[in-house]
Amino acid sequence: MIEITDLHKYYYTGNKPLHVLKGIDLHIKEGELVSIMGSSGSGKSTLLNILGMLDGYEEGVYKLDDVLIKDLSEKTAANYRNKFLGFVFQSFNLISYKTALENVAMPLYYQGVKRSKRNKKAMEYLKSVGLEDWADHLPSQLSGGQKQRVAIARSLITEPKVLLADEPTGALDTTTSHEVMDLFKSIHQKGMTVVIVTHENDIAAMTNRVIRLRDGVVENANETVEAI
Amino acid sequence: MFDLDKWQEIFETIRKNPLRTILTGFSVTWGIFMLVLLLAAGQGLSNGAKFAFGDDAMNSLWIYSDVTSIAHNGMNVGRRIQFEDDDLEFVKERYDAEIDQYTGRYSLWGAQINYAEKYGTHPMRGVHPGHQELEQTKIVTGRYINQMDIDNIRKSALIGKKTLPLFFGEEDPLGKWIRINGVPFQIVGVFQDIENERDEENFYVPITTAQRIFNGGRRIQQIMVTLDETDLQHSLMVQGEMRSDLIQKFGVHPNDERAIFIRNLQEQFQNIQNVLDGIQAFVWLIGIMTIIAGIVGVSNIMVVVVKERTKEIGIRKALGATPRSIVGLIIQESVFITAVAGYIGLVLAVVVVEFIGGNLVGSFFRNPEVDFEIAIYTTVLLVITGALAGLVPARRAAKVQPIEALREE
Ligand SMILES: Nc1ncnc2c1ncn2[C@@H]1O[C@H](COP(=O)(O)OP(=O)(O)O)[C@@H](O)[C@H]1O
Ligand SMILES: [Mg+2]
Repeated sequence: MIEITDLHKYYYTGNKPLHVLKGIDLHIKEGELVSIMGSSGSGKSTLLNILGMLDGYEEGVYKLDDVLIKDLSEKTAANYRNKFLGFVFQSFNLISYKTALENVAMPLYYQGVKRSKRNKKAMEYLKSVGLEDWADHLPSQLSGGQKQRVAIARSLITEPKVLLADEPTGALDTTTSHEVMDLFKSIHQKGMTVVIVTHENDIAAMTNRVIRLRDGVVENANETVEAI
Repeated sequence: MFDLDKWQEIFETIRKNPLRTILTGFSVTWGIFMLVLLLAAGQGLSNGAKFAFGDDAMNSLWIYSDVTSIAHNGMNVGRRIQFEDDDLEFVKERYDAEIDQYTGRYSLWGAQINYAEKYGTHPMRGVHPGHQELEQTKIVTGRYINQMDIDNIRKSALIGKKTLPLFFGEEDPLGKWIRINGVPFQIVGVFQDIENERDEENFYVPITTAQRIFNGGRRIQQIMVTLDETDLQHSLMVQGEMRSDLIQKFGVHPNDERAIFIRNLQEQFQNIQNVLDGIQAFVWLIGIMTIIAGIVGVSNIMVVVVKERTKEIGIRKALGATPRSIVGLIIQESVFITAVAGYIGLVLAVVVVEFIGGNLVGSFFRNPEVDFEIAIYTTVLLVITGALAGLVPARRAAKVQPIEALREE
């Protein structure tokens, strides 16, 4: 599903480019549930953003479902982001003036789904994350765990092939973290490919495979991690 | 194409971000409001100045005589200069090439008017037919004084529209006989003086009749002429020559402005025109500054709006929005808000002009008028400016990688 060979990424800030990803090789098969671990600054978010087509890269090859993700037209890229990929951010990234329901329904707006139909479907997905009673609340009226569940419902509503989550439990307490992880596991059981960036061992322990990054390269592509 | 879903999304955004909507619209509403008020006020001043001038024929010379104020050729101060019929003939013949219309005036300030049981005191003016053009008098029914009245010394009279009901009520006045200082005159017409209702107090009769019946002899109190040409230089030249001719004829000192005085309406009109031009220039200056302030205001707010929405742009893009749809959303919203805001500004200004402007009638302010055309052009200008100002940063934000837009706080 995801094939990465010798991928390089630089950040161009300041006077000399910062080499962040220094030749990543990575394969993730369809239906896998993997986690990416590594110390802070090792390039986990950068890698996941590239996987989610939220950012570009300079060198190497990224193939998503055998399609080379490079220099795509804005329209094609938008279509992939909308239909193929779901992304869950650490900081939720909900639209502040829209209700939980409207946030969840948003991706369907960009598929041209009729308003009543997308609201109905959004309600189903809110229900699946246990938030049907919070549909009319604004993000500011929700707790961190609730916001993250809204964001997950939003990432799932288009039934993407791949779900990417960048420290989805980073801002949550342990119990809420485990509830969120249970959600990911049930998604995975339905056949979706799930990639989770985390720095918590017990989160990583719940995945099938752990990929360890160190200073912009893959140190170990199949590490086993024990929950503490 | 009208996309209902897109408009629903836009209206929702507008409704849920009231502060942003108000801030975006405000500079446009304010700009249009101020501009329309300003133009209306300028128009009011213009109308006021024009009204103060009245509607008399602009290309005319009014020749007055009084007593001498400077001793000349061995004659004392205080000698009365009195125009007579031959003075009018003299002016007419000598300036035949220049003069269009002419009239003499022989007036009674307070004439006793009587019809049936009704009595009143009104000014009466004996005039030539040319007086109609000089005073821009309109005929409501019947006719004005004509040459036959003059030649045959007829007892014809015109009554003003305003005075008419006082004497005649609903009755048709034409052909009826009234008495002026006891002498019967037949009403031949009803006149109207739109810009100057006070003139409608007058009764007009043929000057020859007035002279004959009211002890005028051959005397004329005032001579008035209009010139063929409306050029100011020409008019001043004729005025000067005419005055020196008359001064010579009456043996008056050249500097004696009291003995013989010629009022040049063309010159007075030019002065007022200069004041009007000044007002116009001032109004335009302030108006352009108001428009510039509106442009700057709406551009700034649009730049701020797009900056504030950059993160939202990133989110929408991450969820699968194309740059086109994002830019369209923001620009359509801006166009809608600014257009409505401009309309509100226009409506508010019209309300203010209608309700306050009407009560503000003074000697130099009258009938302020709303210039819809300029208001609409300016609104369109501000709408386009707002859209363009938003377009550049919105496109930039929508074109970059989603993660870059998302990093914006
Ligand atoms: N937008 C950016 N501009 C410049 N440097 C960045 C940017 N984002 C991340 N970096 C740098 O790239 C490196 C990797 O960052 P990141 O991928 O966020 O690491 P992680 O998620 O593993 O903590 C860090 O050194 C970080 O400082
Ligand atoms: Mg990170």
